[in-house]
Order: sequence, then C-alpha cells, then structure tokens
Amino acid sequence: MTAPKGISAVAREMAAQGECTPRVARDPVNEAMINNWTEALGDDNPAYPAVAPPAMVQVWTMRGLHPNPDDDPLGRMSEVLDAEGYTSVVATNSEQTYHRHLKPGERVAVTSRLEEVVGPKQTALGEGWFVTTRSIWRVGDEPVAEMMFRILKFRPKPVARAAVTPMVSKDTEFFWVGTKIGELRIQKCAACGALRHPPGPMCPRCNALDPTFIVSGGLGEVYSYVVHHHPQVPGKRTPFVIALVELEEGVRMLGELLDVDPEQVKIGMPVRVRFVPSGEFTLPAWEVR
Amino acid sequence: MSAALVGIGATEFSKESGRSELRLAVEAVSAALAEAGLKPSDVDGLVSFTMDSNAEIAVARELGVPELTFFSRINYGGGAACATVQHAAMAVETGIAEVVVCYRAFNERSGHRFGQFSSAAATNPTSSGVDNSWSYPMGLGTPASTVAMVARRYMHEFGATSEDFGRVAVTMRDHAATNPKAWFHRRPITLEEHQASRWITEPLHLLDCCQESDGAVAIVVTSLARARDLAQPAAVIAGAAQGSSADQYVMTSYFRDEMSRLPEMGLVGRQLWRQAGFGPDEIDVAVLYDHFTPYVLIQLEELGFCGRGEAKEFIADGRIGLTGTLPLNPHGGQLGEAYIHGMNGIAEAVRQIRGNSVNQVRGVENVVVTAGTGVPTSGLVLTRDR
Repeated sequence: MTAPKGISAVAREMAAQGECTPRVARDPVNEAMINNWTEALGDDNPAYPAVAPPAMVQVWTMRGLHPNPDDDPLGRMSEVLDAEGYTSVVATNSEQTYHRHLKPGERVAVTSRLEEVVGPKQTALGEGWFVTTRSIWRVGDEPVAEMMFRILKFRPKPVARAAVTPMVSKDTEFFWVGTKIGELRIQKCAACGALRHPPGPMCPRCNALDPTFIVSGGLGEVYSYVVHHHPQVPGKRTPFVIALVELEEGVRMLGELLDVDPEQVKIGMPVRVRFVPSGEFTLPAWEVR
Repeated sequence: MSAALVGIGATEFSKESGRSELRLAVEAVSAALAEAGLKPSDVDGLVSFTMDSNAEIAVARELGVPELTFFSRINYGGGAACATVQHAAMAVETGIAEVVVCYRAFNERSGHRFGQFSSAAATNPTSSGVDNSWSYPMGLGTPASTVAMVARRYMHEFGATSEDFGRVAVTMRDHAATNPKAWFHRRPITLEEHQASRWITEPLHLLDCCQESDGAVAIVVTSLARARDLAQPAAVIAGAAQGSSADQYVMTSYFRDEMSRLPEMGLVGRQLWRQAGFGPDEIDVAVLYDHFTPYVLIQLEELGFCGRGEAKEFIADGRIGLTGTLPLNPHGGQLGEAYIHGMNGIAEAVRQIRGNSVNQVRGVENVVVTAGTGVPTSGLVLTRDR
C-alpha cells in the first residue's frame, strides 16, 4: 500500500507530465455518423449534417472495442487508485466547451492531461479521491473543443455481513436446542439404536420414523481439516481452521477448530467440543485437548 | 444407444461477456444448430441445468422454435453436464423428441460467482438448505473448501502431495496454451508457480482451482439415423449414465465410511463400461471434470484407470499429456480453457471424435467424459460412427 501522500505524489508527477500522446480519430468527421447520432437523439436541426453537433466531439475519438494501450492520464491514475483499494468509480462532473463546429472531412485528435487529484475525502459512497482531467480536441494545431472531466474513485464500504445461521427443520431442531444448553446431541433411532449425524426424519438403516437422541461426551479426533484463507466468510476472520471431527460415539461433525496454530493441526489430533454463541444460535466448535 | 451428438456451439469464453445470459444461451444454441446443418424449426427438445437462469421457453422463444415436446432440467450443479445429453438421448430413443439441444449459459465471473461464500445457499427452506446448516454456519461454504476437506483426507490416506495435484494443473495449462479458445492460451505454468500460488483453502492453492468464466456451450443430440444425414460426423453415444450414492450430499459427503472417494463417479463408470461393452483400456482420450485438481486423481481411480490411491503414480510420468497414453482434457479443461460447468468438455470430446480439435490426439475412437464431482454426477462414452 502506498500512503495517501504517495497517491498525491504520483498525481503531482503525472500532472507535471502535461498532455499525453494525442489519440487521432479513427475516421474523419462524416455525415453517416452525424445522421445516425441526430436520428438516435431525435435532433432534426437542419444545420446537420453539414456540420457536426458539437456534443458529438467525444464520438470521433472513441477508443473502440479493442483499444490499444495508451498513456491517457485518467486510465493511469485509475490504475494507481485501484491498486490502493479505491476500486469503485462514479463520474461527478463533465463540462465541455466548444470553440467551433466541426465539418465532415475534418479529422480531430484528442489529448488529455491530469489536472488534479484531491483526497482522501469522506463521501457518502465511501472514502475516495476526486480525479480531474482536461481534454482538448484539435484539428491540426487549432483547439476545437475542451472538456473538464471529474470522477470519484472510492473504496466501497464493506457490507456488514452477519455470520450464517443454520436452517432448522423440525427434524433438526433438537440439535440446536441442545447446543444452546451445552449438549452435543446425536440422533439415535429408537427402533434399531443406530446413531447418525447429520440427523433426518427416517432411520436409513431400519426406516423407523422414531428418532431420539443421546448426548455426546463431546470428545473426538480430527478426521480431516482445512485452513480457509479466501474468499472472506461472513462472521469469520481468515485464516481459520475447520475440522471434521470423528466423535468417540462414531459419527462425524464439522466445526471451527478454535485457538490453534493452523500449522500444528494434524489428522488424529484429540479435540473436545466447545459451544460458540452466534446470533440466536449456538454452534458446535472444537478445541484441542 | 442409437443417439449421437451432431452439433456443438459456443460463445467466446471470457471474464465479462457484456451480454445477458439468455443472449449467450441463444448464441450458443444457434451456433450448434448451424454447425449441424439444422434449423431452430427442427428442434423439439431442450435440456439444461436447474442452475441455469435461462428457461427453456425463453430460449425457444428467442430462436423461434415453434413447438417443444421435451424439456427438462438436471439438478446438482456441474454434475448435470453429461446428464443433459443422457436425458436428451433418452428422449430421442423413446421417440419423445427428435432433435434435442442441451445448453448451459452464464456470466459466472461477471455476475454471480460460484467461488464466493453463498449465504443464500445455507438459508434455503429446503432439504438442501438444512443439509447446508451442518457446514455453512461453521465457515465451510465455498466449493474449494468443501473439496479441500476431502483432499486433506485423501493425502493422509494415500500419501498424495500438493505437487501431485499441481501436476494436473500444469498439464491442463499446457494444453490450454495451444488452444486459442482457451482463456489461458499461451499462458502455461510451472509446478513451481503452482506451489507458489496463494492458498485458497489449504491444502488447495489458487492454481488447484478452476477459473470462473462467462460463456455458453450448446450440444445437439439426435438419432444416429438422422445424424448420418447431417453436416458433421456423428459422435455416437456408447454410454450415458447418472450416479448418486449412499449418504449422498452436495459437496459434503463427509459422513460415509470412506470419505476420500467419489462412489457416485464409480457408479457412473460401471454403467458406462457396461453400456459401452468395453472398459478404460479402450479409451483414447479422457475429458474429466476438473474444477479442482484432487478430484481429477480420484476420478481416475473411480473410473478404473488405476487402483485406489495410485493416481499420483499414474499421472507422474506424463501419461495424461497430449503425447501420453491417456491424454486428459486436450482443450485445457476448466483449469485452462474455461469453466462452463463441464459442457465445454463435452464439446471437446465431440471434436476429438471428429478429429478436428486444435489439440487433436491421433486415432481417437473412444472418449470418456465426466461431469461435476463431489455432487451427484454423470458421464458419457462417445465413439466414432462405425
């Protein structure tokens, strides 16, 4: 990260470089494009297409779909700000001055310079920098139009994201009631005695619809684990460890493995349950024992 | 089966298509029909993924397809890919439809990104939402992290290493490097670069994870009899199967006795070999779903190309390269070409059968294709018409 001073310094340097390389219009001012434009805008001024509407000036020097790399200061300054996390953009001002009409056959070229970069400013959108450029369109050496263009490059405000809470059904409610009172409950089929996690309405072994539960001792071993780095997860600070634990009762269960150096985690590591409140729920998690 | 793949179409593969998903869908379907020498008025069936945002009726409407007698959707994310063709073939074989187009279109990079943590998936008031309540609230809710959990156990049981996973990524990027349609065209990687890439969810590096892409692919299926009158050589369906196994979950089948396997892919494989009347030895090119490298290794085992835990040795000597004995994903796969939910792999299988892929393997007779792993899945065996 460059310090804010760094952004200003880069901006001053870029501003001192003055005008960038002119970008010459792909085509000369032409009647076909003027007619398309005035038709699309519903402008039936009879002066057109003998002269071009002044507001078309940007049209003549558009970059096209596959632009060549250039040294346009707005693009370069945007890259600097992107790299500093000011990744969002909104245009705030565009003021154009027209010196004269353009006529078909004339070929314009545009050049831009960075006027100023002001910030960091606290705005409703987030912290950002106002970037102002000035562009001049010329035919030969004669200036025909100018534009002051200002954008706000800002750091989007982080959206507050709450931890994900479980979707609970009538079949799984007992589990979440249990965690709330410090019990790790494992579903048990009242008919055949099979233990099962995650729970469900019917015993897959005997098809009985008579689930009950036991309370686990909360002890187990790491069966597998991951260390999560990217992307961000709501309610978690990365990196964090998630372990799939095989409980002593024989079922597996997922939970965050807390207060552990990720480098030290091993499959087979003994753990015990710890209950972590999260909103209106309590989640099962693990700690090394 | 006596159905065949007769047309393939695709948009460009990008990170920002700049177009609606519906437009991508109709561009791909239209291209596939044109290639086959068929018109929208020939189409009477459409199949896609439940995850696709483009309704069959919308696609039909845009194309001017007058009547549909068959329309269906396959569930479980990328696991649907080959099943779209299987369902199309079943419709053709039963006479329910004659020309069925399978499509998948999305702005998966510029729009809704699957690689992000999806809180919405954990709050659906469905059985799937309840399933997710055992993983998402604990912080396990990205595709990479769900695969990483299986990968760690697989490494523990069989001694596979991150370098073994990396060899898959390097091979895919090698193949993409010579495929002009691939996002990573001319951008191969080394094993060192794989190892140096940042952690996403340990033990998976960034370069173990496929891309996120915008794009669309469409595949036209019709009867073999009709296929023989069309513009392209037919890729004949020798096997088409779906599979879901005991105690199946979406991406988190962690509660089975053996967690480091993909039994649903084993189930697909057994059906494919039985239907085709031959086994893995007869396969000239494999197009295996490669959203994450570890599952490529486990698929090789489940499909019978090698024994349990032996995939790391199987791939170590360049066997899955273009000049190896089992060229894998000659287009560069989803790691190299694009992530179009497996449908671009089916298109590559068709090109290999026709003999006109940019990375053509010589003398291809039979190609196996698989769909998304870690979920209920599907597969195909395609052969030359003979």
